Amino acid sequence: MSFWNDPLKVAADWLMGIFTGWGMPELLAQVLIGFLGIFILVALLMVLDIALVWVERKVVARFQDRIGPNRLGPFGLIQPFADIVKLIIKEDTTPGGADKVVYNIAPMLSMMSVLILWAVVPLAPTILGVDLNIGVLYIIAAGAIGTLSIIMAGWSSNNKFALIGAFRQVAVMVSFEIPMLATLLIPTILAGSMGTSAIVEGQTIWYFLLSPLGALIFLIAAIAELGRAPFDMAEGESELVSGYNIEYSGMKFGMFYAGELLHAFTFGGFWAIMFFGGYRFFGLEKVSPFLAIAIILFKAFIGYWIIMWVKYTLMRIRIDHMLSFNWKFLTPLAFVLLMVTALMNTLLAGTPTWLYIAGMFLSNILVGWGALEIARSYSRREREKVERPKPVVETAHH
Amino acid sequence: MTPDQIVFLIVAFVTLGSGLMVVTTRNLVHAALWLVATLFGVAVTYALLNANFLAIVQVVVYIGAIAILFIFAVMLTRRDMRDQGPQVNKNWWFGALLAVATFGGLFFLLQGWNGMSKTAPTYPVSFDAISELGNALTSPAGYVLPFEVASVLLVTALVGAVYIAFNRK
Repeated sequence: MSFWNDPLKVAADWLMGIFTGWGMPELLAQVLIGFLGIFILVALLMVLDIALVWVERKVVARFQDRIGPNRLGPFGLIQPFADIVKLIIKEDTTPGGADKVVYNIAPMLSMMSVLILWAVVPLAPTILGVDLNIGVLYIIAAGAIGTLSIIMAGWSSNNKFALIGAFRQVAVMVSFEIPMLATLLIPTILAGSMGTSAIVEGQTIWYFLLSPLGALIFLIAAIAELGRAPFDMAEGESELVSGYNIEYSGMKFGMFYAGELLHAFTFGGFWAIMFFGGYRFFGLEKVSPFLAIAIILFKAFIGYWIIMWVKYTLMRIRIDHMLSFNWKFLTPLAFVLLMVTALMNTLLAGTPTWLYIAGMFLSNILVGWGALEIARSYSRREREKVERPKPVVETAHH
Repeated sequence: MTPDQIVFLIVAFVTLGSGLMVVTTRNLVHAALWLVATLFGVAVTYALLNANFLAIVQVVVYIGAIAILFIFAVMLTRRDMRDQGPQVNKNWWFGALLAVATFGGLFFLLQGWNGMSKTAPTYPVSFDAISELGNALTSPAGYVLPFEVASVLLVTALVGAVYIAFNRK
């Protein structure tokens, strides 16, 4: 077992040797190594987060036909560091009448709800925080903590705009959790496990081919969960100025902002893990775990890029439209798709691979087509009802 | 004391302390947030008992749905978040007596129980608690009937709620 095959275990064994050599009890050394591992992962993620600020700004600029940050360093690469310096030396303000403790906990909780997601991200076959057998549910639970942080921020700021933003965002998150959970159960059915690493290991065929509609619904629900456009009514600059984080200044705002970017990147990663084979890429992941990490980061960046693409292309939807879209269209569709997937998966078990893929793919297309047809005929009927000329009522003259 | 016991004691004190804060704090939103801390402590206790699924479901259902609903209800219905009235009524001594008696009774009963000194059996390597739970809930030899009855009850409640809220034109 060399460092290049299983770096995590070799490093842990090496540290264990050093710590026990100092006369430390084995249990304490284990706890210490665990904490060190978490610390290193979080530190690397925060460094990645700094890079994401630059990536996001550059990509937005491209979509909007601008240049983006280009003054500091080559391609404006030093810009995010300047931003950080600015955020740190800014005055830390607390609005009058704010609930100080809750106000200060909220940004930490927001960042934490994103960072804990990485405990179940399988970076390589041997590099994984915990191999939870309920990884899929864990993702939803982390989202619940994110929801809590937003409502805490909105309420404790003692600001009406912040509170309205928080209400909207929580309404979005609570309702889009349901189609997201339903679509997360599709890889669970296909892999026969809720663990993220088992789902990746099960994808000899990318689940995107077996459930393209599931992948699409997951992406929509993820964008809503992130509160990004077209579901960004929580921030709604033109209506609420900035929504739930309006009163936060300096690095506290930075925590929300950095948390949002990392959250988007993380969901790009989960999209890749659930539907695009995670770290698997034509057997390349077996060559070296470092190559596997590069593959999953690449796929996560593609997912992140698509999320940005949607954000900077589409306009904001009205909140009532968005909620009825979720409850009347996306949620029933996700549940029907879940049932169809479970049924087809059982019926097609034991058939040749090409037939299995074709059957699953076609059943998805059929479900999607049927749902769109129903939605279309419904909207046509509604439109006819509105367009029908109203009979002119003769008013009686007295 | 083993590390497990130390962790358990810390979690138990935090859970109980937060539970006490829920009923003593005068700020209603704070009470709801302390309730979240209490529920989270219960989730950690489940995790310590190797019941991962229950721990996560506790967070998803109680913190993600019920506590958020509580906070919403408090924010939308109260103009003043501070509760001004007295915190105990005149029956407080009877409640305290009942609590002490229950604690004493449990303490007395558990004195003679030999489960305290036992260590929990470890799972075999291939044991998958979540699939065991799934099989138990859906096999006719297991708990399929209670599971289905509970599902029917929930669907009935859902249909009832929709019926009450439905705005007939």
